[in-house]
Amino acid sequence: MSSTNGGSPLIEVRSLKKYFPIRKGLLQREVARVHAVDDVSFAVREGETLGLVGESGCGKSTLGRTIVRLLEPTAGEVIFEGTDISALGTRRLRPLRREMQMVFQDPYASLNPRKRVGSIIGTPLKIHGVAKSERRQRVQELLETVGLSPEHYNRFPHEFSGGQRQRIGVARALALNPKLVVADEPVSALDVSIQSQMLNLLHDLQQELRLTYIFIAHDLGVVRHVSNRIAVMYLGKLVELSPAEELYRRPIMPYSEALLSAVPIPDPDLSKQRERIVLEGDVPSPINPPSGCRFHPRCRYMTDVCREVEPPLVDYGVGHLAACHHPLNVDRETLARATVSERHTPAAADERAKPRTPGKEEAHPIPE
Amino acid sequence: MAERLIEVRGLKVQFATEDGVVRAVDGVDFELGRGEVLGIVGESGSGKSVTAMTLLGLTKDTNTRFEGEILYKGRDVLQMNEAELQDVRGNEMSMIFQDPMTSLNPVYTIGAQICEAIQIHEKTQKGIARRRAIELLKQVGIPNADSRVDNYPHEFSGGMRQRAMIAMALACNPDVLIADEPTTALDVTIQAQIIELIDRLKDEFNSAVILITHDLGVVADVADSIIVMYAGRVVERAQTRSLFYDPQMPYTWGLLGSIPRLDRPKQERLHSIEGAPPSLIRAPAGCKFRPRCPHAFAKCMEEPGLENRVEEPTHLDRCWLSVAEKREVREATIRGEAA
Repeated sequence: MSSTNGGSPLIEVRSLKKYFPIRKGLLQREVARVHAVDDVSFAVREGETLGLVGESGCGKSTLGRTIVRLLEPTAGEVIFEGTDISALGTRRLRPLRREMQMVFQDPYASLNPRKRVGSIIGTPLKIHGVAKSERRQRVQELLETVGLSPEHYNRFPHEFSGGQRQRIGVARALALNPKLVVADEPVSALDVSIQSQMLNLLHDLQQELRLTYIFIAHDLGVVRHVSNRIAVMYLGKLVELSPAEELYRRPIMPYSEALLSAVPIPDPDLSKQRERIVLEGDVPSPINPPSGCRFHPRCRYMTDVCREVEPPLVDYGVGHLAACHHPLNVDRETLARATVSERHTPAAADERAKPRTPGKEEAHPIPE
Repeated sequence: MAERLIEVRGLKVQFATEDGVVRAVDGVDFELGRGEVLGIVGESGSGKSVTAMTLLGLTKDTNTRFEGEILYKGRDVLQMNEAELQDVRGNEMSMIFQDPMTSLNPVYTIGAQICEAIQIHEKTQKGIARRRAIELLKQVGIPNADSRVDNYPHEFSGGMRQRAMIAMALACNPDVLIADEPTTALDVTIQAQIIELIDRLKDEFNSAVILITHDLGVVADVADSIIVMYAGRVVERAQTRSLFYDPQMPYTWGLLGSIPRLDRPKQERLHSIEGAPPSLIRAPAGCKFRPRCPHAFAKCMEEPGLENRVEEPTHLDRCWLSVAEKREVREATIRGEAA
């Protein structure tokens, strides 16, 4: 494949695994492993936004970092525009680095306090060989693109507020005209009022520059707002993958249902009426994940089978996949038609959930 | 009415700095009764944390100037000396801070830190204090509290640390619990747990709660009344339902519109309050929100007072627009359609 057109996947992840070894003793023997990302497969089409949600410790950030090869995958493939980049060497990877950029969570920690804004945004340009004379102009253009002023070129990060810093982070990510931007909790550290400015900015940039986003967050309210499709992760596993509106209307996995119910609604009456599913406790340790379905110790629908058998990812049609023994919101007919997804080739499901125009949500018929 | 615990009248807090006088809090009034939950909402830099810290006398310094009164059960906190404050702090009024990662001491066990809070205020034997600590940890929902009491903060997850902070704040059965952005650093699922916990403990301990946040969604179903702050002032104050269903201040509309709503159809763009909060050293003339307000007009060059303008007598706001005008343009503004 030479180039992508329309809706073919820009990036495809196949059975990706990332384990962190825990070493102990004099010989630094490996005594255990953190199963941070455990056999995750999905694809993202050009111009699409895939939201990646889950609680702290579910592996969503590790997944994001492994996709852009900031971390080395333990196993599996990451196919970017037809090339498997999971095993490429540094030199062959470098031209591809231009295409994949990242925006980090903490706008205070992700900008070097001793560098000026011009140098922070200009560094990727320098590394990729843009002449000095052109750099300044490009950086000033970028500052304008993200809603800052070109005069900010010579300032230091501490002279900016949190929201403005995050804009600098976005400008840096856009410097090399990437195709894919992995945004790791880009708004979690911001006030709601600034958060909405950021979300609007990311939306506008996507329209203008035809960007593809992988948007990582723990708040389904935010994720639903920006995403075409949503992937829910729990303890390293992909547990549900669905078009955004579909997931919001009928979550299949009890974990997704709980995540949805935890999002606060700024309406006192509605908020009191609706059922709040408060998940007990925290995410268990990914060193020794629970047997069977990893969510079973916190699940209110748990039965014996959940403790013993790991549920496969099942395709419920309209591009909606979920891994659960007790699927919610699924009628008998859909259940009969549902098939165990071929986990290693989820392209089929991605194909069906394809929006007609990139960046726009397609309405899916809901089976009654 | 419930027993009145706190009454704040005309509170102003100013810090003298090299660049000028920072008017961090510039006219705040409210009352709080036993069993009530008051939400204080605003962006970073609106003065909500300074208000909370001043309630506990934590902003006293050589460069600070205070005006007004903070009456706690009739005694003025601003007039208290350090010994008297020490007696109130942690004992009668206590605080839960935003960041559970940095507000616990990493080199002491959780149990030791809770026992310290108890033993400062009461002459208790170590063993009894420890048993109380375990009991408190159980009450805030820490599993295996008997053994967890000897853990260090790094052995706790973020949500558990916040629970431990709450246990510590409740150690002396305070009358007033001040929670300053208790859930901002946490996941939404843990946020739901913590808010529910605070609401439940308020009843168990029969105390009053001040809940500070930048997200109106967080306070929607726990607060009895809400104060919206901007540039150090109260710009709107009302009972919770009145504030959500009949908000009067364009700033409040902005805060409401900024939240992606799960209960409504998805929008292309969110409403956002353009620009950033003003400098507290040189605040704009007239209405402080004027430079960012989409509905500002000539009269806004004069500062409006905090007055009752709607039918609901306890609902106060600072906006010159007529109530009829506001009700007309409000929905469109919240949806982000205003010019």
